[in-house]
Amino acid sequence: MTARIGVVTFPGSLDDRDTQRAIRLAGAEPVALWHKDKDLKQVDAVVLCGGFSYGDYLRAGAIARFSPVMEPLLEQAKAGLPVLGICNGFQILTEAHLLPGTMLRNDHLHFICRDQKLRVENAETAWTTDYTAGQEIHIPLKNNDGQYVADERTLDELEAEGRVAFRYLDFNPNGSQRDIAGVTNAAGNVVGLMPHPEHAVEPLIGTGRTDGLPFFTSILKKLVNA
Amino acid sequence: MARVVVDVMLKPEILDPQGQAVQRALPRLGFDGISDVRQGKRFELEVDGPVDEAALARIHDLAESFLANTVIEDFTVRVEEAAEAVK
Repeated sequence: MTARIGVVTFPGSLDDRDTQRAIRLAGAEPVALWHKDKDLKQVDAVVLCGGFSYGDYLRAGAIARFSPVMEPLLEQAKAGLPVLGICNGFQILTEAHLLPGTMLRNDHLHFICRDQKLRVENAETAWTTDYTAGQEIHIPLKNNDGQYVADERTLDELEAEGRVAFRYLDFNPNGSQRDIAGVTNAAGNVVGLMPHPEHAVEPLIGTGRTDGLPFFTSILKKLVNA
Repeated sequence: MARVVVDVMLKPEILDPQGQAVQRALPRLGFDGISDVRQGKRFELEVDGPVDEAALARIHDLAESFLANTVIEDFTVRVEEAAEAVK
């Protein structure tokens, strides 16, 4: 039996199908979850995917955070359920206070879409064990509100505890503080990042590399070996 | 019916690129002498029933948990007196 990984679709989600595909390519079974679901269908992990849930009204992720599906997700994430938030999913996780900080409009005020170089800073989270710490990867980045901000104390804490999971390399595309592209919670089961690993799982698409696939093989290994 | 206004502004230490873009456009439009612009949000809540202390406390909770993200934003809650009478 393989692992079942849920992918939540909110009104305005865009990358749910790509994420399901990435999960399938990694060898796990994707399970579609709907924002109105009141239970998580006993999945082993959940991905909150990219897009513009609720049109990014109020703030990106602010309304999705109060969807029915978020109630069991919050509860189980705190108990150790692995959760990955990509782009809008990351924004939802910060709005839900599962991850610290928040995202502001890109400092240059433009939507940005590019192949982005990242450094994997923490290869011990549930979603990054198939990388090595310090590994440099290329995956697509596409967003409007990607500027990671938190107060100085929180940033210092994240750095000290190794919770900056990914950092932008060579070019900071949005003004994120300390070049932060993604962070993890203290337990390492909840991870969020702005770039899109699910778009870099086949040589044909994305950056022409499969640098995003280890996210999904990492979690599969963790769940199958568990 | 009474109106309660919630104003949400980015905290002073948070960069406001939208406000900056507005500020930079001002000289081009012939408006001089404005050194800074900060952009925020204003919510007008029409409240059924009396706006008593309990109602205001609930709105304060709503503002803190939903209308504002207190990681980056400050908010104020105030009752707009006699909104009907003005009309």
